[in-house]
Amino acid sequence: MQDPQSLPELVNNDAWLVYRGRYIDTTFLLEIGEKSWLISIFEGAVKSVQSGPFVMPRWAFAVRVQQSAWEEYCRPVPKPGYHDIMALVKFKRATLEGDQQPLMANLLYFKDLLAKFREKKS
Amino acid sequence: MSETLFEPVVGRYLRLNLLGRPHRLYVEEAGQGIPLLCLHTAGSDTRQYRGLFNDAQILEKFRVISFDLPWHGKTSPPEGWQQREYKLTSAAYTDIIMTVCDALQLDQPVAIGCSIGGRIVLHLALEHPERFRALVGLQSGAHVEPYYDLRWLHRPDVQGGETCAGIVSGLIGPESPDSERWETLWHYMQSGPGVFKGDLHFYNLDGDIRGRVAGIDTTKCPLYLLSGEYDYSCTPEDTRELGKLVNASDVTIMEGMGHFPMSENPEKFLQYLRPVLERIHADSLKGQSEQKQSRPADDGEPGGRH
Repeated sequence: MQDPQSLPELVNNDAWLVYRGRYIDTTFLLEIGEKSWLISIFEGAVKSVQSGPFVMPRWAFAVRVQQSAWEEYCRPVPKPGYHDIMALVKFKRATLEGDQQPLMANLLYFKDLLAKFREKKS
Repeated sequence: MSETLFEPVVGRYLRLNLLGRPHRLYVEEAGQGIPLLCLHTAGSDTRQYRGLFNDAQILEKFRVISFDLPWHGKTSPPEGWQQREYKLTSAAYTDIIMTVCDALQLDQPVAIGCSIGGRIVLHLALEHPERFRALVGLQSGAHVEPYYDLRWLHRPDVQGGETCAGIVSGLIGPESPDSERWETLWHYMQSGPGVFKGDLHFYNLDGDIRGRVAGIDTTKCPLYLLSGEYDYSCTPEDTRELGKLVNASDVTIMEGMGHFPMSENPEKFLQYLRPVLERIHADSLKGQSEQKQSRPADDGEPGGRH
């Protein structure tokens, strides 16, 4: 997977993605296995990425994914069942928790944001 | 002046009563030969079959027909729609298809349906096997458990079209061409409020056919199943299981494909579909010649509309 600290660069240099998220002002938790990050979005740009562990984290929604499933998700062409966050949810390899409104109202944006973690095709 | 370039497909409005109410049903067709009725997925419309409608090889032997279900595409909902929630049921869906077949005077058509269309062909196989020459189920399973909160598909604090497209976007194979992927998603973005959700009432609840599916007799009407390997709504396992249960005429798992094979990658899909249609066509010719042999004095009309 791409280093989460590179997410601001990966997202904020994608002007169309930022535009599509222009009404988003939220913080979400990304938990992969035992590691977690708080990712804050403002007007479609990634404002900050904080690494866990956290003592009193505040977030609107959380995306929690099993470590092995996330590794497969991050391959350039993942196997069936690992290629989309909703596929991971369907097969109980991920959960979406909390206030899902910002996520569901901007689902295509967040899917594209998560896909930034994917390794590039060599 | 440049040449005017029309596709072979022609779209028209059919006036008829469906479920006791007058409708103006949008129907497309192209080609000649065996009627091939194409049923679109939940929350989408006839444009999903644009690949079939433009395939010269298929159009030589098949009269390809598709219609927008009421509430979909260019078929408006019936009068009074604003006063009730749209919920598709098995009985209504079956009734609509049979009424359209009668209105178009389709004699022994082949029906091909995807997703909800792939489910309803199972109902047709059970209830009307004598009316169809063959049935083809794409992404066809006996039941699908909801795996997300369906209420997100229709509520005022999210944009329905974009959320529906967001829900289904992962069902498209990751390597399907971008142009076809976004064409497919555009159809979802254009769907009316609550229509996709209303179709899923049939897909997730009312159309559950697990308890009855073993009663399908594929000797009465052949049933072909084709499913994309990246579909996590109706998985290849669901299709394989169904295939075994009903003794399907053939089960094909389509490599790299997702839930919308005919729309997300028409070219690749047609490579899988053409042999199935060839087989159906050959079986029809065989059936005709057997009929002739058994009725030597019959001077009926072998070349009529099949």
